[in-house]
Amino acid sequence: MQKSLSVIRPRSSPYLKVVGSIVWKDLVAELRSRELVAAMLVFALLIILIFNFTIELQPDLRMTITPGVLWVTLAFAGTLGLNRSMAIEKDRGCLDGLLLAPVDRSAIYFGKAISNLAFMLIMAVIVLPVYSLLYNINILKLGLFLVVFLGSTGYAAIGTLLASMAVQTRTRDVLLPVLLFPVIIPILLAAVRATGGFLQDLPISEILPWLNILIGFDVIFIVVAFLVFEFVVEE
Amino acid sequence: MAPASMIKVRKLVKRFGPKTVLRGLDFDVQQGEFVALLGPNGAGKTTFLRILASLARPTMGMLEVAGYPLPAQAGAVRARLGVVTHLPLLYGDLTAEENLRFFGSMYGLDGLNHRIDEVLELVGLLLPRRDPVRTFSRGMQQRLAIGRAILHDPDVVLFDEPHTGLDQDACDMLDSLLLNVAGRGRTVVITSHDMARVEDLATRFDVLSRGVIVASATREDLGKNNLLDFYRQSLVAH
Repeated sequence: MQKSLSVIRPRSSPYLKVVGSIVWKDLVAELRSRELVAAMLVFALLIILIFNFTIELQPDLRMTITPGVLWVTLAFAGTLGLNRSMAIEKDRGCLDGLLLAPVDRSAIYFGKAISNLAFMLIMAVIVLPVYSLLYNINILKLGLFLVVFLGSTGYAAIGTLLASMAVQTRTRDVLLPVLLFPVIIPILLAAVRATGGFLQDLPISEILPWLNILIGFDVIFIVVAFLVFEFVVEE
Repeated sequence: MAPASMIKVRKLVKRFGPKTVLRGLDFDVQQGEFVALLGPNGAGKTTFLRILASLARPTMGMLEVAGYPLPAQAGAVRARLGVVTHLPLLYGDLTAEENLRFFGSMYGLDGLNHRIDEVLELVGLLLPRRDPVRTFSRGMQQRLAIGRAILHDPDVVLFDEPHTGLDQDACDMLDSLLLNVAGRGRTVVITSHDMARVEDLATRFDVLSRGVIVASATREDLGKNNLLDFYRQSLVAH
């Protein structure tokens, strides 16, 4: 066992390389386990099915409730993913392993947030066509994908920060939605309105204010998380 | 030339709300020392190591690790520090090699492939290098955890109860790795409840009780097989 090791000196790892390494690690781990996206997907599809079976709707009413049902589905299923994503880090002490690295802690935040965003978008890409089929409505529109991207970005940005807080408590499964849902009301509201606008083919001038709100809250949530993440993860 | 001070702690206080865990603790470790930090449950050992590892902030007091003050230069400290706990700090769905590659990339290591080979050989995991860590036994995971901790060749390595949950053979292998790390001139601090094991490993024994160091002795001071007596007397006297 008494082998010799060469002398090596760590140096500061480039910021983007750290972010990329965390995203790579999360995606590879998820590809192997499939426990996170699978859970989100099953939950999302169940919500859609339950809405489909419990609400008898006229075709014109379907279009009205679609944005709400869609975003409730994405938000609920997204919470499941956020919780699981941080629990994987916490349960085996991996979060400590990340925090022990000599890297800017905001890079850890961005790595986790981008992974969470990727999982949200994968779920959305599968859920949207299923929704179209079940409700017999064409919701596969380019503008809608933009809204899903912007809404998911804000959701993942603040959700990752709050999940990092919640995961350190015993009641993390309950605490995350309690913390998250009040904070993301502006994102959900703007996303629902923008989605409705695109589905009803409203002129872009009527949708643009909602898109601007989405972009504004995305920026606010990212900046806030960037500033406070270090304090949130430290005891 | 006198060995450099690798850990210097003065009047360290840590409070969690109304509860004071560390009460003005002083602690010094010189380069190359192997210090066993002993104490009953709740004495503050893990909290102290977490502060040294920059995972927790002190409420008051002065700390230096490898010559850098904490928490002011936490990044510089982290680059020179390795930590092993009873949890593996490894990703179960990644292979042994992928885990080391991931953590190596976080430390910006040059020649990472060669380094991973060296470390895997040292911890005896070259063969299962491409197996997912979740398929490893507890002993193999702990060996890989040590590999992760020494991957960046740290000056100081902290071990927080590393023997927890290991069988006899795994403990023996772990001890040989601990001696290997210390034998390369690295500074080691270990917490443990296993007196018999640390007695053969450490060069100095400090007893932590109610948030302060209440006694300290070198192996030469104690002689053979006197650690348990020393430990009990230290706790009774305070």
